[in-house]
Amino acid sequence: MTQAILFVCFILGGTALLSWPLGRYMAWAMDPAGGQGKPNGFTALFQAIGGSVTRQEQGWKRYVVSLLGFNLVLFVTCFAILALQQYLPLNPDAKTAIEGSLNFNTTASFVANTNLQHYSGEVVMSYFSQLAALMWLQFVSAAVGLAVLAALSRGLAGRALGNFFVDVQRATFLVLLPAAFIVAVLLLLTGLPMTFHGSVVATTLEGIQQTIARGPVAAFVSIKQLGTNGGGFFGPNSTHPLENPSFWSNVVQTISIIIIPMACVWMFGRIIGRMKHAAVLFTVMLILMGTRIAGAVGFESVPTQAFNDLPITQDVGNLEGKELRFGASAGPLWAVLTTSTSNGSVNAMHDSLNPLTGMMPMIGMWLNEDFGGVGVGMVNMFLYIIVGVFIAGMMIGRTPEYLGWRVEAKEVKFAMMGLLSHGFFILVGTAIFAATPWGAATLNNIGPHGFSEILYEFSSAAANNGSGFEGLGDNTVAWNIATGLVMLFARFIPIILPLAIIGSLSAKRRATESSGTLSVEDGTFAGMLTATVIIVGALTFFPAATLGPIAEHVTLMK
Amino acid sequence: METLISSLRITVATMAICVGAYSAAVWAVGRAVTPDTAEASIITRADGTVIGSRQLAQAFTQPRYFWPRPSAVDYNGAGAGGSNKSPTSTDLTDRAAQAVAAYGATVENPLPAELAAASGAGLDPHITERAALYQVARIAQARNIPAGQVEKLISDKAFAPGGVFTPERIVNVLDMNLALDNVQIR
Repeated sequence: MTQAILFVCFILGGTALLSWPLGRYMAWAMDPAGGQGKPNGFTALFQAIGGSVTRQEQGWKRYVVSLLGFNLVLFVTCFAILALQQYLPLNPDAKTAIEGSLNFNTTASFVANTNLQHYSGEVVMSYFSQLAALMWLQFVSAAVGLAVLAALSRGLAGRALGNFFVDVQRATFLVLLPAAFIVAVLLLLTGLPMTFHGSVVATTLEGIQQTIARGPVAAFVSIKQLGTNGGGFFGPNSTHPLENPSFWSNVVQTISIIIIPMACVWMFGRIIGRMKHAAVLFTVMLILMGTRIAGAVGFESVPTQAFNDLPITQDVGNLEGKELRFGASAGPLWAVLTTSTSNGSVNAMHDSLNPLTGMMPMIGMWLNEDFGGVGVGMVNMFLYIIVGVFIAGMMIGRTPEYLGWRVEAKEVKFAMMGLLSHGFFILVGTAIFAATPWGAATLNNIGPHGFSEILYEFSSAAANNGSGFEGLGDNTVAWNIATGLVMLFARFIPIILPLAIIGSLSAKRRATESSGTLSVEDGTFAGMLTATVIIVGALTFFPAATLGPIAEHVTLMK
Repeated sequence: METLISSLRITVATMAICVGAYSAAVWAVGRAVTPDTAEASIITRADGTVIGSRQLAQAFTQPRYFWPRPSAVDYNGAGAGGSNKSPTSTDLTDRAAQAVAAYGATVENPLPAELAAASGAGLDPHITERAALYQVARIAQARNIPAGQVEKLISDKAFAPGGVFTPERIVNVLDMNLALDNVQIR
């Protein structure tokens, strides 16, 4: 247990420290003209690349239209590459075309920064598809999230939102690209492959044949982790020894999951000019996430009960679905981090976690804001803040305000629509698939755990996460279409609504904060926000959790 | 229309830099700095035939070799995966019972857990030092060599993967089997 605590503190503490300078850099990169900063000179270059539209300031509607148009181009490009991969270069293992519904699901998944995978990369994807379609979207879809957060922050600071096309290039070229290169080099040094040679057929010492798939893994995995994407180069993701070969590659990848989402909070604070407020938000997020980490590490230190009646030594916790080289607590820690952010990569099989451990990632996806996806996590938190200050204002009979902006019925309606749509997609989807052969015929485990597999899949799609209880046989037309649609709606609704709120707020006159204003920089606000998150976010899903992991724990664990 | 044109221009720019230039740069660094692992640590005999990858587990069932952890995909290096079975599943118990039988484990000499638990990708190349020592008697008998020789090999090859964070030492199964057979590799 000492090692577990030491390891968790090392990862979280180290990343939190690194997020501070990174947040400062990101504020400079994403918002060069902001307040006191000087333009960084790249803006002109990005305007030249983007063309004439990029020179105008955009209102929230123009910003959203540009964002949707850009995503349409991303979708068409990726779909075309996957459909035509057999005619394209870099295909040493002669992969064939991807089936239509799987292509739709995969394209939706990577456009939506989800990376839910109903395929195994080493089985169906050519190297060209992996890099030019999937890895490319891992850069630009994450950049879209950062752009939205930058626009939202500017709006809250009382300034124009900026230009989407410039923002998305700033995020891609100034934030993600250099970070990805640095991490990719670290991954090479810790043992990841990066080759364009095809698979190798080996003959073992016992004379058995083994085909070894490989590829340009290091470049892919780096941005997969940094951009809260999570889609693995290989089917079993970062459990695969070529995707995550050593203890230290695991440390680099674990830190990469959470560092940009953490830095997003500091970037937000810098752009709105309220670092104390950002520190309060950071603390609330850290507490919510830390609670789940403690739960997961604790629950997972219990050995698997499947071996209880056999002569097996069990003193190191549940090892099914885990790799030895990462150490005992690396699996549950990663499971929580990857679902706290919308990353969705795995270094242990979540389906084989103890039932209550498996609930921790689900709770993370249900809340989806601490720290959440790149950019969009902080945007989700903004929805909770709007609801939180509204409730607080009502309780004490004052006009609810956030940073001097008067929050009224319209803004709260938008925020609640955003938050409730999350529960709607997860619970309605789970109900339909649990009641029909669409879901019931695809399960790998029986009873409550089978229900958990369906619940997890819809939670993952709606949270734009991408991890799964991977036993689920999810490459069917029904799963591909249903989760594809959920991913797209769940991506764009919580991006459009907050920008609409900003549009609505900035049409009002901003009040100056006085001693009568509710502070957003103290413990009362932190408590209020935490309560809002738990009541609105978690309790919505409590009945579903009771049917899945809790039922499994109570009825089947001895 | 202007929106689409700008989107296309940015698509071209990001493709060129984030896919083309970035992949090429990472590839070049790998080739220059870590040429072996960049090609997936392939092990080749002196005569040029490929034995496997140092990073991936392979099936070993003969008594004279160290055996790896169980694999849910039969050590398929081109289609990896885990069992994805819940701890409450009886399938796991059945598979573990097979492992217990294969090793001849008893209550007095219980099996280390990882020899009964499949890894996430089914390709975990390592077992713990304890699980390697568990197999010494069988290997020594099959090869007709002193147990001490096998034990020395294990203690030479064992390492703590994460220093202070991982007190339990592990060993690479293929690495030890190559040493047992004294295979000449390139």
